[in-house]
Amino acid sequence: MLALTLILIPLIGSLVLLLLKGSSVSSSKNTALVVSLATFAVAIYAFTTFSTQTTIGVKYSWMKDLNINFHISIDGISLLLVFLTAFLVPLIITSTFKHTYKNHASFYALILLAETALMGVFMARDIFLFYFFYEAALIPVYFIAAIWGGKDAPRITFKMFVYTIFGSLFMLVALVYLYMKGASADIDQLATTAKLLSSNAQNLLFWAFFIAFAIKMPVLPFHTWQPDAYSESPTPATMLLSGLLSKMGVYGLIRIMLPLAPVGVANWGQFGMILSIIGLIYGSIIAIQQNNIKRLIAYSSFAHMGLMAAGVLSGNINGIQGALLQMVAHGVNAVGLFFIVKIIYDRTGTRDLTALGGITQKTPALSIYFMIIMLGSVALPLTNGFVGEFLLLKGIYDKNAWLGGFAGLTIILGAVYMLRLMQRSMFGESNDITAKFKDVSGSEVAVLLPIVAIVLIMGLFPNVFLKITEPAVNNILQMMK
Amino acid sequence: MYPILVLSVTGLVTLFLGFLKSKKILLPASLFFVAIAFLSNFIDWNAPGLYFYDMLEASNLSVLFSSIILLSAFLVMALSKGFLDDEHAQPAEYFAILQFSLVGAIMMTNFQNLIMLFVGVEILSVSMYILTGSDKRNLRGNEAALKYFLMGSFATGIMLFGMAMLYGANYTFNISDARILLLQPVTDVRPVFLYVGVTFLLIGLLFKVSAAPFHFWTPDVYEGAPTIFTTFMSTVVKTAGFAAIYRILEVSFSPIYNFWWVMIVTMAILSLFISNITAIAQQSFKRMLAFSSISHAGYMLLAVVGLNNKSGDSIVFYSLAYALATISAFGVLMIVSKDCLVDGRPNENIAVLNGLSKKSPFLAAVLAISMLSLAGIPLTAGFWGKFYVFADAASRGHIWVLVIAIMMSAVGIYYYFKPIIAAYMKEGKGENIRLSAFYKIILGLTTAGSILLGLFPDLIRELL
Repeated sequence: MLALTLILIPLIGSLVLLLLKGSSVSSSKNTALVVSLATFAVAIYAFTTFSTQTTIGVKYSWMKDLNINFHISIDGISLLLVFLTAFLVPLIITSTFKHTYKNHASFYALILLAETALMGVFMARDIFLFYFFYEAALIPVYFIAAIWGGKDAPRITFKMFVYTIFGSLFMLVALVYLYMKGASADIDQLATTAKLLSSNAQNLLFWAFFIAFAIKMPVLPFHTWQPDAYSESPTPATMLLSGLLSKMGVYGLIRIMLPLAPVGVANWGQFGMILSIIGLIYGSIIAIQQNNIKRLIAYSSFAHMGLMAAGVLSGNINGIQGALLQMVAHGVNAVGLFFIVKIIYDRTGTRDLTALGGITQKTPALSIYFMIIMLGSVALPLTNGFVGEFLLLKGIYDKNAWLGGFAGLTIILGAVYMLRLMQRSMFGESNDITAKFKDVSGSEVAVLLPIVAIVLIMGLFPNVFLKITEPAVNNILQMMK
Repeated sequence: MYPILVLSVTGLVTLFLGFLKSKKILLPASLFFVAIAFLSNFIDWNAPGLYFYDMLEASNLSVLFSSIILLSAFLVMALSKGFLDDEHAQPAEYFAILQFSLVGAIMMTNFQNLIMLFVGVEILSVSMYILTGSDKRNLRGNEAALKYFLMGSFATGIMLFGMAMLYGANYTFNISDARILLLQPVTDVRPVFLYVGVTFLLIGLLFKVSAAPFHFWTPDVYEGAPTIFTTFMSTVVKTAGFAAIYRILEVSFSPIYNFWWVMIVTMAILSLFISNITAIAQQSFKRMLAFSSISHAGYMLLAVVGLNNKSGDSIVFYSLAYALATISAFGVLMIVSKDCLVDGRPNENIAVLNGLSKKSPFLAAVLAISMLSLAGIPLTAGFWGKFYVFADAASRGHIWVLVIAIMMSAVGIYYYFKPIIAAYMKEGKGENIRLSAFYKIILGLTTAGSILLGLFPDLIRELL
């Protein structure tokens, strides 16, 4: 029941918002915030009462003909991502409080709808159910990005939409194939299914799922939609995309691809890792040269996703655990960074790094928040990025030392572009544009403070999170044997 | 089988109703007649049997096909409210012809004898030729009707020729008897005209469902015909055509699967390629839907290619999903374009939908859901339709066909989203559209149907 409420609360919330279309801006903002906080409260409850012995979940028969069940359940991996979603959505909603969006009721309803679908993705235990939620998550975000985005948004977000749907169609082929094989659609039974498949079939399944998830994350060479989409979308949509939707790809790799196609991963996983790591280096180098701060963070996001994909494909406990931890860390950090970009843009009207500088003198508070989140992003010890990145690199290194070495460049390159961003925007002399920079306001602190808190808490006590996921990850590794 | 009797009589009655002074009674009367036919259809449910000296056969599958046909006809007629009101229109004739055409369409779903197939196809086609040109003062309509008539009668001729050949090969018009003959072990080479006959018969039928390369008439005819009849054509005619194709291939020609599957698969792929690629460039919403209709013919052919005991269900489901979405889309177009005249004709460009979400949020939502369903986005009926036909194709091991179909679905998403983008993201001119409750109910029904079947496809699948 607990699992179901996590889906139902935001769903009902979004329907209520749609029905109350005529209401005032502040009431739709508050409704959305209350609904998302209620979801967060349930997630916290699930987090604190979680134990590996009991399973939280429900299973209803849905389509008898196809043997598809509405089966959701929470294990350690799901819990972590459910927690991440429930934590970020209230922050994303709060981050919009300074703005008045036209058709505000629909706007917030779509955010909650996206949350519903994300919760579904992270809890689904039926491969079809997963597919539905996976697709359903994209549609509200697409509409947010396209309708409330910049001038070029309809074109760019449409490219994103077609690209990612194209990717999921490959997953659909795989599902049709599995259905024809008479395989069970239950995700917990995937290991049994895998034993029925020839190695050739597993190779094909690897590619079908890898392309679908690689487009979503994105991984080189399927990333071309991402920088434009991230920078043209309105900030809430960018936050949803980078903080949460991209995680669906990594999650899918762990949850579905590893157990379903272990032979495929053994045959082609290394190739996927090479692609991911080339993407990581390529993305970092572009980020170093970017002057548009939103694009810079978009490329840094692309680089981080590459590292996570490589870690998962390494197929060992360190790689997967690292990826899980890094998913949370990157989700939180990306939302924080995009929010800071928004704050800067709202006050100066520019995202050009060359036009900024000296913001620290005007608002030391923002500078401190920025510094902590940035350090989390460059994986300094005692911040949230460190443990995840360390485990990821260890996992990749264990699989292939050379790849581990190249992946290690992320530490240097990441530091270069993030420090450059920090230095050029925050430090130095203030100029005409930044001279009147106002201090952070209450609602902004309400977003930044929880993020900074999580950055530090996760850095200091990573074991809280690692312990939760460990049994589930071992379970997955067991299924791969 | 009973709808044939009902509609033959009520068609005549409708003609006589035309003598009444008030034309207002025609629409409710016709709707009532079709509803009666729809209900009478279910007398045959779970009561299979042969009728009229083995000329027609009732089965659950044919009942379902007929139900879809009658349901589509009902919805289309209901949408015609207010469109046949102008002084030159002759609604009595139109409604009578529509009902007669349904007789032909239902014959195509349950024929047991090739003669009945021919009669059914002819009744349906001749009605369509007339309705296409029914807007007499529209030059495009006249051109379309003439084109449709010339090409259609040529196709029917080829089909009849094929039937003659088949008679020469099998000495029978009865499709079950033909199957028994085909199942017997071959001592000698089968006569060439058997194969010629099958090919020609299929060409005739594929023309009717506008599968490539017999699709050239479709865009022009769809565009030229009054939208109400275009809707009728793209739902009723397509469903009837596929019922006939499936029936003839399943009942009669499944023993020579190896002969015809290559032909069908080629046409399926051609349809998918030509239609989806061409649809991208269309400015006119109606033409786009015409190409979309060709592409859906391609998808449905995939179920035929994967002929197994489930493919009948798949085609039923697909037809229903497609009909619901198409009726919604054309319904929205009709309502929106009515007041946007260009050179005295309704403007049917995609641009006419600009800013629809502001002018009428309801219509915009109907349009969006119908487009999502046509594009096959999950949780709409169209998704399951595609899933089932893909599964059929895969069951025969045609995975590569599947991959092509999937790529073309991705292309499809591109153009199906153009109307959605126009409705939600572009600024439009004009005033808010006021919608009568009647339209709201009809379009609400079709939209709810698309979503309901998307959530619970078992509703239909469990019937069979």
